[in-house]
Amino acid sequence: MTDHDTIPVLAHDLVKRFGDFVAVDHINLEARAGEVVGFLGPNGSGKSTTIRMLCGLLRPSAGQALVAGFDVARKPEQVRRRIGYMSQKFSLYNDLQVIENIRFFAGMYDVPASVLHERTEWVLYMAGLVGRESTITGTLPGGWKQRLALGCAVLHRPSILFLDEPTSGVDPISRRRFWELIHAMAAEGVTVLVTTHYMDEAEYCNRLVLIFQGRIVASGSPTELKQQAMAGELLLIECDRLGPALDLLQQVPDARHVALFGKALHVVVPDAQTGIPRLRAVLSAHGIAVSRIEPIRASLEDVFVSLTAQLSGQRT
Amino acid sequence: MLRRLHEMLVKEFIQVFRDTRTRTLLFVPPIIQMLIFGYAATLEVRHIPIAVLDYDNSQVSRELLSRFTASPYFDVRTYLSDRREIGDLIDRGEVTVALQINGGFAQDLGKGQTARLQVIVDSSNSNTALIAVSYINQIAARFAQEFQRTQLLRTSPFAPSQMPSIVFERRPLFNVNFDSQWFFVPGVIGNLILVMVVSLTAFAIVREREIGTLEQIMVTPIGRLEFILGKTVPFFLIGLFDTALVSLVGTFWFGVPFRGSIGVLAIGSILFILCMLGIGLFISTISRTQQQAMVSGFFFNMPAISFSGFGTPIGSMPEWLQTLTYLNPLRHFLEVLRGVYLKGVRLDVLWPQMVAMGLLGSIMLAISVARFQKSLD
Repeated sequence: MTDHDTIPVLAHDLVKRFGDFVAVDHINLEARAGEVVGFLGPNGSGKSTTIRMLCGLLRPSAGQALVAGFDVARKPEQVRRRIGYMSQKFSLYNDLQVIENIRFFAGMYDVPASVLHERTEWVLYMAGLVGRESTITGTLPGGWKQRLALGCAVLHRPSILFLDEPTSGVDPISRRRFWELIHAMAAEGVTVLVTTHYMDEAEYCNRLVLIFQGRIVASGSPTELKQQAMAGELLLIECDRLGPALDLLQQVPDARHVALFGKALHVVVPDAQTGIPRLRAVLSAHGIAVSRIEPIRASLEDVFVSLTAQLSGQRT
Repeated sequence: MLRRLHEMLVKEFIQVFRDTRTRTLLFVPPIIQMLIFGYAATLEVRHIPIAVLDYDNSQVSRELLSRFTASPYFDVRTYLSDRREIGDLIDRGEVTVALQINGGFAQDLGKGQTARLQVIVDSSNSNTALIAVSYINQIAARFAQEFQRTQLLRTSPFAPSQMPSIVFERRPLFNVNFDSQWFFVPGVIGNLILVMVVSLTAFAIVREREIGTLEQIMVTPIGRLEFILGKTVPFFLIGLFDTALVSLVGTFWFGVPFRGSIGVLAIGSILFILCMLGIGLFISTISRTQQQAMVSGFFFNMPAISFSGFGTPIGSMPEWLQTLTYLNPLRHFLEVLRGVYLKGVRLDVLWPQMVAMGLLGSIMLAISVARFQKSLD
């Protein structure tokens, strides 16, 4: 779907300032055809701002971004014809019927009359709304609305798709279905850039970009990230009196990134072989009974927590 | 281009007309307001509540007071016996005016001396107070004149023909009966259109910004002009329809004569609505939320109406303010409305107003369109 020679998304030293605040700080980025790139980061880290600049909704303060080969600052209209965008806010018209929303956005994107019928059918099918064309959009359940929003954003078959927290407020099953759609599109060569909060969603991405305070702090496939970011082995500890145990472990020199996960603690140590007996000894010495202590595979959430903690300058 | 505009318009009209409440809001309140304002907006002062205190209690004093009872301008509420009651009545706002006739009133008049009628007036509303005092003056002067005449007739029956006097004969043009509704109803039409078009336009765009659909539209290839036209054309048409609607109420309910041409009124209305669309659009470019739009709209509406000549005559404003009112489209539109309604004048007279509105509208629309960026920052 994309010209073979152009890289769909290319950002070079992209900066966005709002007054004195630097929301996006020299971001460099490249996304290839058919790639699903996930933007991960805490609230206010600059994910949405980056996406909005790439869509031509915000003007970059410095740097350059080429989307579908066009400069977003200079040729936003050319960019807009080739991209689809869906934001965290549900942005269809709630007071219009399903079919009226589809027709409206088809009109906005100049979908040719010859394919209008076929595209409309496709969106209805994809969103599971066949037979509910004249339902008022606002009365649809969240997951359906959001699939409809996705359908409306891709009516013109864009080669690049920007999704800004597309699944916030949607139930897990709908989320899974949504991601199946995304992968189907990526398989056809669509480049997808998506921001998310959900760690399980991040696992669906081919490549992840971790953004913190406006900068890219890590990037790679989910597997690569887990390996490079942890620098040590992750232990899971189940014990009684979690609070005192947490305080205690934070005093142990070799134990890093001590964090509470549900009813257990996660701790990173340089080596599991020597780490396990040492931590067990420390805890028992203070009368804390350890029921389980073993190495586990780091989840993306661990990576995320440990990276943001390191960058915030707190040694936990 | 046309296709996108067409889709925008279809969408806007569906949104406006699908919801019964919105549909009602566009057409019913203007009519109700027209009725309310038509009755309430008036400069006439009638039925002024007064109290009378007659210490003289003579035939002459009672005759003078009966003139007040008979007048449509005054309602005699109470007859007092003690002057100390006056202060309290005025404080509580039960009467606006108290008349006090002192003892010896009839006697003084009989002797051909000056007799005094004391008037105590609540002048917290200076306009009403001035008008009330002038009515009292008229009643008292006429009473004095007639008293003199009867006195003269009694002493020398042929004398009155020799008394010099000036009688003025008034020949009012356009509004023969000085019906203030005739003056106000066209003004109310202007005010209603102003408020309707400015707020509808501003709100329609700001609402899309608030719910996020504006952002979604901005990432489509739609042009700035297509979007703005799509947003304003519906309100232009609704504004025009509302003008016709309230004009009909003015003519058929209030009986305000329509002496001019519908064509001239239509041209004036179109130009005026364009100005208001420009203002509404401008407000939408400076407001992020509907609340901000409401407050900004208020800051425009209030002075626009106050300095339009709707109530306070422009001629009685300070000179620098008078000059500023030329920038107020409503001022020009009111002149067109009153000219067309009451005087029946045509473009040969009203062209300066039309040109002024055309210029103001073009400038405002140009500024707003330029300010309306297809981006979020």
